[in-house]
Amino acid sequence: MKIVCRCEDVTEEEIIEAIDQGYTTLEELKRHLRVGTGPCQGRTCMKIIEKILAKKLGKNIDELKKTTVRPPLKPVPLYIYGDEDEE
Amino acid sequence: MKSKAEVVIIGGGITGCGVAYNLAKKGLTDVVLVEKNYLASGATGRCGGGIRQQFTTEWNIKLAMESVKKFEKMNEELGIDIEYEQGGYLIIAVEENEVKEFKKNVKLQNKLGLDSKFISPSEAKEIVPYLNEEDILGATFCQSDGHAYPFRVVEGYAKRAEEMGVEINRFTEVKSIKKENGEIKSVMTNRGEIKTNIVVNAAGGYSREIGKMVGVKMPNKPFRHEILATERYKHILDPMIISFKYGIYFSQQRHGEIVGGIGDPDEPSSYNTKSSLKFVERFTSVLGKILPAFKNLNIVRQWAGFYDVTPDAQPILGYTEGVDTLIQANGYSGHGFMVAPKVTELIAELIVDGKTSLPIDELNLKRFEGETVGEAYVVG
Repeated sequence: MKIVCRCEDVTEEEIIEAIDQGYTTLEELKRHLRVGTGPCQGRTCMKIIEKILAKKLGKNIDELKKTTVRPPLKPVPLYIYGDEDEE
Repeated sequence: MKSKAEVVIIGGGITGCGVAYNLAKKGLTDVVLVEKNYLASGATGRCGGGIRQQFTTEWNIKLAMESVKKFEKMNEELGIDIEYEQGGYLIIAVEENEVKEFKKNVKLQNKLGLDSKFISPSEAKEIVPYLNEEDILGATFCQSDGHAYPFRVVEGYAKRAEEMGVEINRFTEVKSIKKENGEIKSVMTNRGEIKTNIVVNAAGGYSREIGKMVGVKMPNKPFRHEILATERYKHILDPMIISFKYGIYFSQQRHGEIVGGIGDPDEPSSYNTKSSLKFVERFTSVLGKILPAFKNLNIVRQWAGFYDVTPDAQPILGYTEGVDTLIQANGYSGHGFMVAPKVTELIAELIVDGKTSLPIDELNLKRFEGETVGEAYVVG
């Protein structure tokens, strides 16, 4: 067993199984398995998942549509955003 | 892809997949669903997953209650865990006029059989220990409200529909719709033509674009609504908390993340789905008033999706005057997910039986020619 997404505890086997089930894009794998939705937001796992998916589909990694990068880049406490409204 | 089908459904969100499932369940399986992106890539997959029955119009309350009955049995029916939690919805009143309105609405909800109640600030604090009860005047609470994981519901509907014979095509975009003498003849996609007489317009924020393809003017307008998720935490919050005054909503998902959003009255209608800093600032500022301790939570991600908004905040359902076999199932104005189980069954009844078990005539597109009474409880 090889853990690929450490935040959400997802293994290589689970990723391959999902691709076999028809989740053939990175966005779909992300929603189906929650890979890349934890504190690291895919910075650790997404490159590995891209590699697994590209290999399974017989494509180059460059041909895969990447997932949307969403803010913030790193987890930050909410109060950092709220200070300007403080009286 | 099939080149001919009895029904073509445009849109692979909860509405489109729900209609596909319910049609197949009623025996109509010669159905093709087309989705321009992946399933649940639009509003369904971007929403907060809330399932609320506390509404202000009789029709919405009934529809939501019927849908909850279906959500309650959905794991079994679809053979998938939709991560459904019935932790309730706590709707806080922060202004005097809300207290009066809420009490009146609870009366109507109770009359229709809903277990909602008006409670004091201290009773609300018993339900949510972190609540800053000093800033609220009361709240309504309904235990059978809750939330689920929208992507799982769509997966369940789509898989079961496919098993029964429905063809689902992802990454298939509708380019035009051919009609002759008011009758639909075919749907043209980027992957070829599908001959059909019946089209279901379940395209959410893009429904009005589908309408345009057959010369039907629709009043729906897409509005960006932003949303965020925190890191996972131990279970600290049972209900979904909302305030209509502030436009905020948030809940804790089964996996531990707090997911919530806040509406922006100044947001113009557009197809913009970019994330903004202003949104997180506004969300945090309001969250700090309601649950001060939650300002210490770590945000991991923010995103946005569309509310497909109609002038009366109620959906557009049923036949289209002038193009009779274009079936509308859109315009949910921010609460499509929660009513979809019942609505999609009604749409399937309309197509297969020619009539529905709950009347939907009042929600026909043609109502916008006259005056309308709208749903007042819209949040986020």
